This record gives sequence, structure tokens and C-alpha cells, in this order.
Amino acid sequence: MNAFRDAGHLFRLAGVFAAGVLLFLVLRSFLVPKSFGEYGHYRGNALAEIAARPVNFAGHETCETCHADVLEKKRDGKHAHVNCEACHGPLAKHADDPSSVTPAKLDAAVLCVRCHEANAAKPKSFPQVVSADHSNGLPCDTCHQPHSPAIAAEPAK
Amino acid sequence: MQGVEGFMYPNEVELQWSVLIVLYPFLTGLVAGAFILASLERVFNVEAVKPTYRLALLTALAFLLIAPLPLQLHLGHPERSFEMYLTPHTTSAMAMFGFVYLWYLMAVLVLEIWLDYRRDIVLLSQSTTGVTRLIYRAMTLGSSNISERALHIDERAGWLITVIGIPSAFLLHGYVGFIFGSIKANPWWSSPLMPVVFIFSAMVSGIATVMLVYMFLTWSRKQTIDMRCVDTVARYLFYIFIIDFTLEMLDLIHRIYESDESFRSLDFMVHTKLYVSHIVVQIFLGTVTPILLLGATQVLNLTDRARKRIYGLAGCLTLIGIFAMRWNVVIGGQLFSKSFLGYTTYKMGLVTREGLLTAIVLTVLPLVILWVLVKLLPPWPERHTRPDSVIAHAR
Amino acid sequence: MNLTRRHLLLLLPAAGVAWKYILAGTPEVAPNYKLTDHWWGMLIDLTKCIGCGNCVRACQAENDVPDGYFRTWVERYHVTDYDIENPQVDSPDGGRKGFPPAKDPSGKNFFVPKLCNHCADSPCTQVCPVGATFIGPDGVVLVDKTYCLGCRYCVQACPYGCRFISPKTETAEKCTLCYHRITKGLTTACCETCPTGARQLADLKNPKDPIHEFLKTHSVQVLKPYMATHAKVFYNNLDGSVR
Repeated sequence: MNAFRDAGHLFRLAGVFAAGVLLFLVLRSFLVPKSFGEYGHYRGNALAEIAARPVNFAGHETCETCHADVLEKKRDGKHAHVNCEACHGPLAKHADDPSSVTPAKLDAAVLCVRCHEANAAKPKSFPQVVSADHSNGLPCDTCHQPHSPAIAAEPAK
Repeated sequence: MQGVEGFMYPNEVELQWSVLIVLYPFLTGLVAGAFILASLERVFNVEAVKPTYRLALLTALAFLLIAPLPLQLHLGHPERSFEMYLTPHTTSAMAMFGFVYLWYLMAVLVLEIWLDYRRDIVLLSQSTTGVTRLIYRAMTLGSSNISERALHIDERAGWLITVIGIPSAFLLHGYVGFIFGSIKANPWWSSPLMPVVFIFSAMVSGIATVMLVYMFLTWSRKQTIDMRCVDTVARYLFYIFIIDFTLEMLDLIHRIYESDESFRSLDFMVHTKLYVSHIVVQIFLGTVTPILLLGATQVLNLTDRARKRIYGLAGCLTLIGIFAMRWNVVIGGQLFSKSFLGYTTYKMGLVTREGLLTAIVLTVLPLVILWVLVKLLPPWPERHTRPDSVIAHAR
Repeated sequence: MNLTRRHLLLLLPAAGVAWKYILAGTPEVAPNYKLTDHWWGMLIDLTKCIGCGNCVRACQAENDVPDGYFRTWVERYHVTDYDIENPQVDSPDGGRKGFPPAKDPSGKNFFVPKLCNHCADSPCTQVCPVGATFIGPDGVVLVDKTYCLGCRYCVQACPYGCRFISPKTETAEKCTLCYHRITKGLTTACCETCPTGARQLADLKNPKDPIHEFLKTHSVQVLKPYMATHAKVFYNNLDGSVR
């Protein structure tokens, strides 16, 4: 009995520790987000929150529902697999409200050389030109129709 | 780009871990080292180092209280750090920090200090007045039992805690090494030797700190320094330093001999951006010089005065060297590209949140806390013996 | 014809989800999307990459990536003869504005687009102390920016340099594989705008995905395979000098 009495201060200390651990466990049960652990060691709701972000690029299927004429024009040309927004930029807002949001006019002088300016690192089979020598300063779309650029296939109108 | 040589992945240009993360292993290292020195007396019965026992414990506590601060300050969201306790990720070395830290602080250091000081605390709670009395009263937890049996139980419990404390101290700092050593993406860090090197360098820095603090405090109290004690501490410092240096050289030689794909890149870095801090400060100034100085005191027959000076100098150089080691690990590991094709530069802020000023404040803060602790819980033997008469009265 | 284009869109929804829903986004994963039905990755055909930088620009437009940081970028390699251990690499502004002419047109020159590899055993999610970054049941590595501490351990752990700390949120940020798009039946912004089809989103759990045929007939490789991260971004024609 005496040993217990003389170790009394240790029991008091153990009590303080136990109270601390208990407090932690209570707080923990309140503070851990509800969806934590739903799929793994993370907040399950985070998936939906990240997925909820609005899109800026509408995607070519969306464009094609209205602009079937352009799709037709592109179909047999070299740019058949170049998606609309690769050149026209993000246009989800336009797709949502076509009448009030109109896409900006594109500048062929800037746009074409992005892909077609010659560079030793580009695949050899990719059509590329040194723009300064190629057109004598004429804009590309003087000769090439951007939606179907091969000159033989469809002469510029 | 400014400060970039060669090619870095574009997101790598900015360093992620700043001087504060250099400070963090430095401070925890002092804790682990100081505790291991304290345990020498308790567990291994090295009588000579007794005068430093309590001081070593208080030093460890002072540095441990500040150790998480640099981490907190560098977090993007310090207010979320409690999540480490709520949802610790078991695969993350860092998640274990909270628990290892708490374990070491509460279950080892605070407990051991409390048990060792309990008699003093009880006596002080009876002899003081006012606020200090309340503080001491709170620390007694309402039990003023300092009978011989109770103190004997404390002694036994304290011994057990020290025995548990030694592996805990190794765990605390070895784990800090593991945080770096387990990053396979970074060849400068990724090494199983990292935790071991961290532990031994921690012991070196902790022992040096306690030695310096003891010499300084004794001098400032105009007492005579116990040369037998300091000689013994210095001898341990010398031995452990040799082990530490051997391990570091083993790591270096292994890297040079293996010369894996990262070697050329790291070698270049050590000879350029890290040359001063690694070769000059860490290896020559901070490791080889103090080892030679301490070695000289072992071999030559020097006067007390000369030995004291050498110990002081060697201790300071040691701390500089260990700080440089932490710097070279943390900062060095971020200066090269993981493509091994380029290097970036660390630009330390001055008065920013993670800048030089913060680092200096965080280095001085533990010393302030130590000063408070020494006032609150005097570690001196004369205080220790005086209350014996009081005890006789109490009985 | 009374039907406006907008109504038409509602009647012809992309991937079976109402357009309005796609644009605005609501806090549920798309109703037709089942997490366990997918295992996302990407195929990058280096024989087709022309270094135009469309992917980098599209990523920044789609995901509001902070200036100076990259969720995807393009590198240009130059290798002289057999010296594959010493490539010269550049990536001015992450390739966002394309590339100037090569300094040395001799030897081998080529582009390599990079992005998060959405590793199945990703070192970044392993080291996250709180579970703020994770791999979803559909194989996309994501960051929960409301839970991230900003400790930067994941940035250190990524062998590919794909992560950074956003100066806006002070949390880790990275490629989400356009999670807000792929869960709604769209492809990623980078794949949508890649003019040559060098980048292809791939659903490895979908037996009809063309990637399976491609993998069967080509020599593909992942980046730093020795890191054993089980990366899911596959490169066709990857040169040995790329790291």
C-alpha cells in the first residue's frame, strides 16, 4: 500500500497524460473531415470539388454541332485532325452564348508560323518553311486556306 | 534565367526549403546530442560528467521547444499543421514528426526533468512566494510527497525513462535524417547512411553545445570549471566526432567510387556552388580542425588554461561545422536539377518570413528559454545539496 | 427553324452530359462518370511533336496556372552523335512561346513534352504527411488544396519536377489531367489543342481505347523507369538521352 502512496504523484501525472489523450481523441473526432477515408487516405469530396471546375475549351465535338460547314471544309484537307480550338483558342464561353460572345479574328501571320516555322527539332516529315523566305512578306492566307491549306486541293477563293 | 546555369526543369528554379529547414535539423540535433550526453551519467554511470547532467537536460528541452517553430514558419498554411495529428499519413516520414516529437517532449524530456527536479520543485513551492510559488505549485501536481521512498521511486522511474530515452533520442534525429535519406528522387539525399550520419553529427553538436554552455555559465557565475568533467566531455566529443567524420567520409568515398549517373553533376556542384560551405567550412574548418585540436588535448600535456581555450575554440568550430553540414544537405540538395543538367542559386531573404533575421531569432530564442529554465530550475549542485537540511527538518 | 444553336447544344450533349453542366460545373462528379471504370494515363508520340507550345498555352488558359510555373512544358533536346549522356536541353519559358531556331542543326534535335506522369506508385503521394495529395480510384494524382499544408515535401519527392507551390494558394499544385474535363467526357486541354495528335489522353481500363493497339505495336517507354514509380505517361520513340 505504501508503495502506492509514495508513487501517488506518478499516478497524478498519468492522469494528466490520460486527460490530454482523451481531449485529443474527442477533438479529433470533431475535426477530421467527414468524407476523409471514403476512397483512401484523403478527403473523398476533394475529387468532386476538383471535377467541378468550369471548362474553358469547349472541345471540337461541341464546335462541330454548329459549325458543320467548317467540318466539311476540313474533312479532306491536311488540317482535318487539327481541332478548332488549337488555332481559335478557348471558346467555351462562345459555345455557351454564341450570339453575345464572338471569337476574336485570327492573325494568320502569327498563327501559321507557330507550327510551320522551320526548326531542326521538328520531325522531318512535318511541313515547315522559313517564313521570311517563303512568301516574300505576303500573309499565309493569301495562298493557303487555313481550314484546308494544300493549294492544289482547294485554291484560295 | 537569373541564377540558373545549364538546364533546370522549369519548376525547379525556385528552392523549396529555405534556411529555416537548415535550422530545423540543427536544433533537433542539439536536442538529441544533449540528451545522450545526459544519459551518459545516468545510465552508464560516468560520474565525471555529473555537473553537466541537469544542464544538458534543460538545454535539450530549450532547443526542443523551439525546434518545430522553423517548420511552422515555412509552411504555406501553418494553421493547418494540426492535420498531421488528425490524419497522419502512415507512409510519410514527415507525418511521424508530430508523434515522435510529442513522445520525445512529453514522455521523455519533460518527464525525466520533472522526476529529477521534483524534490527541488516541492521545496521551492514551499520557500517561494507570489507568482513563482503558483508556478511551482502547479508543477508539483498537488503532491508534495518527497519521502525517501517516493524519491527512490522517482530515481528508478527516471532511470527507466533515460533507458527508453536513448533510443528515443536516436529515433528523433535518425528520423530527421530519414526524411532526407528516403527521397529517392534526390541522389544528394537518398542514402541509408543519412540517418546514421545525422545521429552522430547530432551527438557531436549537442555535446559541444552543453560543453560550451557549461563553461560559459560557470565562468559567468565566477565559479571554477570542473576540469575533470570538461575533460571527460571533450574526450567523448573527440571519439564521437571521429565516428561521425568516418561515416561522412565513407559516404563521400562511396559516392566517388560508385560514380553513378548523378555523380558528375554533384561533383561539379561541390567544386563550385558548395565549395566554400562544404569543403572549406564543413570539412576543414568544422570537422578536421576541431578533431585535430581535441586530439592535441588527448596527446599533449597541456595546462588547464590552454585546454579550456582549446575546448572553447573546438566547440565553436564544431557548431559551425555541423551547421554547415545541415546547410549543405538541405540547400545543396536543391541546387542541382533532377535532370543533372543544371544548377540554380539560393537567394536567402533578409527580413522575410523565411529569411536570415528569422533564422537568427530562432537560434537565439532557445538560449533565452534556457536562461529562463535555468532561473526556474537551477541545475547547480550547490542548490541541489542545500535543501538536504530542509529535508531533515521536513522529516 | 426555331431551334437556336444553344438549344441544339442541349439536345446534342457532349458525352451524354448537358452542356450547361459542363460549362458551369457543380460540386458532384459527373453523373455518368464512375470512378472505378477508369485508369487514366497519356500517350505522347515524340515522332509527332513539333514544339509549337499549344499544350503549354492551353494548359495555362484552362487551369489558370500561375506565371512562371508549369503543369506541362516542352523541352528541346540536342544530342551530338553518340554522346547521349550529355544532351543539351533548353525550354525557354517552358516552350510556351515555341522555340527559336536550333543553335546547332547538326546531330539530333527533338522535342519532349512533359507533364505529371500520374504514377501508380507516386513518391509524392507517399510522402504527403496529411493525405492532401492522393491518387484517385481512377488513377489521377490530385491535390486537395483545402487540406494541403504547403510543406513542400511532395515537390522534393517528385523525380520529374512536375510540382510547384502556387504563390496564390500557398499549396502544392500540379497537372490534374484536366480532371474537370475528363470526368465530363472531354479530353484534356493539351490533347484537345495539340495540332499533330502527339498527345493522346488514354483510359487504360477501357478496352476500346486505341492506346492498347498502339502499345502492342510500338516501342514505348516511361521517363526514369529506374525510379519504379509506375508512371502512366507513355512516350513513343523516347530517346535514351531524355531524363
